[in-house]
Amino acid sequence: MELEKKDAHVAHGHAEAHHESFWRRYVFSQDHKVIGLQYALTALVFLLTGFSLMLLMRWQMAFPDDAMPLIGGLFSEAAAPGGRMMPEFFNQLGAMHGTIMVFMAIVPLVVGAFGNYVVPLQIGAPDMAFPKLNMVSYWCFLPGGLLMLASFFLPGGAARSGWTSYPPLSVLEAGQTAWLFAMVLLITSSLLGSVNFIVTIVQLRARGLTFMRLPFFVWSQLVTSFLLLLAFPPLEAAAVLQLMDRLAGTSFFMPEGLVVSGQIQDYSGGGSPLLWQHLFWFLAHPEVYVLILPALGMVAEVIANNTRKPLWGYRALVYSVCFVGFMSFIVWAHHMFLTGMGTVISAFFQTTTMIISIPSVIIVTCLLLSLWGASLRFNTPMLFALAFLPMFGIGGLTGLPLGLAASDIHLHDTQYVIGHFHYVVAPGTIFAIFAGIYYWYPKVTGRRMNETLGKIHFWPSLLAMNGIFFPMLIQGLGGMSRRLYDGGKTYEFAADILVWNKVMTMSAFTLAAFQLVFIFNFFWSIKKGKKVGANPWNATTLEWTDAPSPPIAHGNFPKPPQVFRTAYEYSVPGQPQDFKPQSQEA
Amino acid sequence: MSTQSAHSEAAGHGSPGPSAQAHGAHDVRAHVKVYMMVFGALAVLTVVTVAASYLDIPMGPAVALALLIATVKASLVALFFMHLKGEVRSVVWTLLLTAVFFVALMTIPLSWYFDGPKHPEGTGPTARSLTTHEAH
Amino acid sequence: MSVAIPYTTDPRPDTGLYNAKLGVWLFLASEVMLFGALFSSYILLRTSAPEWPAGSEILDVPVAFVNTLVLIASSVTMVMSWASLKMNDFGKYRLYMGLTILCAFGFLGIKAYEYGTKFSHHLYPAESTFLGIYFVLTGLHGLHVIGGLIVNSYLWGPGAKMWKTEPDRFANRIEVAGLYWHFVDLVWIFLFPVLYLL
Repeated sequence: MELEKKDAHVAHGHAEAHHESFWRRYVFSQDHKVIGLQYALTALVFLLTGFSLMLLMRWQMAFPDDAMPLIGGLFSEAAAPGGRMMPEFFNQLGAMHGTIMVFMAIVPLVVGAFGNYVVPLQIGAPDMAFPKLNMVSYWCFLPGGLLMLASFFLPGGAARSGWTSYPPLSVLEAGQTAWLFAMVLLITSSLLGSVNFIVTIVQLRARGLTFMRLPFFVWSQLVTSFLLLLAFPPLEAAAVLQLMDRLAGTSFFMPEGLVVSGQIQDYSGGGSPLLWQHLFWFLAHPEVYVLILPALGMVAEVIANNTRKPLWGYRALVYSVCFVGFMSFIVWAHHMFLTGMGTVISAFFQTTTMIISIPSVIIVTCLLLSLWGASLRFNTPMLFALAFLPMFGIGGLTGLPLGLAASDIHLHDTQYVIGHFHYVVAPGTIFAIFAGIYYWYPKVTGRRMNETLGKIHFWPSLLAMNGIFFPMLIQGLGGMSRRLYDGGKTYEFAADILVWNKVMTMSAFTLAAFQLVFIFNFFWSIKKGKKVGANPWNATTLEWTDAPSPPIAHGNFPKPPQVFRTAYEYSVPGQPQDFKPQSQEA
Repeated sequence: MSTQSAHSEAAGHGSPGPSAQAHGAHDVRAHVKVYMMVFGALAVLTVVTVAASYLDIPMGPAVALALLIATVKASLVALFFMHLKGEVRSVVWTLLLTAVFFVALMTIPLSWYFDGPKHPEGTGPTARSLTTHEAH
Repeated sequence: MSVAIPYTTDPRPDTGLYNAKLGVWLFLASEVMLFGALFSSYILLRTSAPEWPAGSEILDVPVAFVNTLVLIASSVTMVMSWASLKMNDFGKYRLYMGLTILCAFGFLGIKAYEYGTKFSHHLYPAESTFLGIYFVLTGLHGLHVIGGLIVNSYLWGPGAKMWKTEPDRFANRIEVAGLYWHFVDLVWIFLFPVLYLL
């Protein structure tokens, strides 16, 4: 209650002291909370867009001979004449679905939104280290994202060479130039953000907040930022080289003597398509750890809070997340096992890939062991966090035969790969994002989302996710390739497994339907959700204990917090409550 | 450190004055001599590297020599102009970490065909030699 | 209105750094990876090519040698401009920073001359992978020189007003700008022998 009174007093004083224009306050804001929300809303819209593209693809794969019902007429002649999807359009949907989900939805959510909003609060800081730079980061992200979406409407359409953009195809195909320019903007946004996060975490921790007292979420963001900082530049360089190939006629990736549809291509040659793959995957492998580490952090916060116990093995968690980050830079060629690489280098990458699974397993094990002897609270964030564990487990385990070159020969570029990585990102990271939204919503809005609607959102989503992605593993093991616009129906050997296409499509549309429950709950609760105070979850970390809900507009805290203990002191013997805030003195 | 901070805080609010931060005014004067010596060394090494390029040595040693001289020059710039000598641990460690990944990026793609299928003669990537280049 | 952020000017006691210094070193680490990727491309393209011209066959070594000395000189004048501020000599700061900017213009001018001679002989990036990687490496480096030039010009001109009100913060800005500038010099120290002499 004290926090609320102080908040009102301070807010009143601020409003009188300086009147910010609408533009300064809500559009070109330098406040990490406003920027975090900008990222959240923008990224959620992009998430919905990427999801919609997938629904179109899933329809096509299940019913390749049929026109799209209801909306078929909305598409251009080039994309879907008579509502029947052209292969070129399917390929655009595929490339853009991947690109949008990875670079415009997930990373901006887990880093730009959650990272921006929560990290300064959890370390007791008034804002990020470089507020202006933070604003610039968002304003590079938004145009990049919009350019990416706009590419659908450019002559020739959007990029269609996969999110992986392998040359020579990507150099020759339409839509790729816009993709490359948009990527440069998105990468710049991430790079600037990563500098901001690292400096903030190192320099702006509250008094008494040593590194080993940091919430695990902050550690995960710190490692993630190093990955973004050091892995993105090679892709930026590669994007410049590919732009040069497309616009200046260079041959960085174009081999000599390339013939396309009977036409000899006019390039000097001497380039290497393999070079693109190296530069791309040098980023893209650490990128997948960027997708998962903040999610692990969010899940850890929710689990600690809802088990009323300290996290099991905090030190192991910290060392593991740092080790994962380091190893992620030297495993990239497990995406390239089928490029004709020699056995020495193949053995090297198989080894590093197997090694990197160890810290990942340690992290999941610590989170599982945290449940032992716990006083579990099964609220909606906890349901999502708990479901994350086995789902991420399946994702991780299915990665093992991909990381071993011999089995990868059979599984590479099949539906199995798609099943594997979607298990990690969809019922993995996205579930963690839901957990984070339900958990931190009260801090942002001062109200809780509806619990019943949350459960109605959760259970069908969990079932539907498995309905979509488990059959992919079956299809992949059966030899069905990825990126097939007709769902694989031209292949005789795939006849028995084609039926799964319909199962997956129905699951996808079911998943879509139940997200409507979430969207309704999200907006309805802003005005009608149950009002709560600063710490409705009885949590120990600074964002709950020292800042009101929502935090003070400028500076977050009525007074700078000071930290006296580790992050998860729950159920400490001899204490009146079952939690002891980090900032409580005695 | 905290007394220095307090002092420079006082200096910062008012008129310009000497900062009492990590480098006092007379420390800097000593540094100036070092800067000039480093400049001299860099200039000499540049001459050396150009002169060395006229020596008739095989490619491998030539690359090694060129990179060695460049590394020495770069180290001088980093240690003395960029004050890495005496810089805090966190910065040095970040750079060492970066160096590890940099080396990985340089060497690993190179090692692709250490053992394994090589391109048969004449079908691999080529670079048109400019000496046999025909004008369009 | 932004919030007062601690350690913008005075270093944080336990880390020994002020925010921008850590920030610029992190940024430079990312730049190492950026140019590293291009060097890696160079290595891969060159080693997989049956024939590759010697740099001196195509490029003008004496001109680039002079350019190298110009850039090294600008690095010295840059660090001297910071040292002058630390010794409370604003006039000397102005002089050395001015020289740094002039050297940068000189470097760019010589580079423009080099590019001009290439283009007049129809030696465009598309001609060969050697020229392609040469233009991208030196072009990206040149863009970094331009960026540094703009920042340094601001700090020489309108930005220098801060010396009167917050001298320590201004000196820090020069230190940070200097770190960036030295890095630009560092990249050239590797570019020159690799492209021109090997």
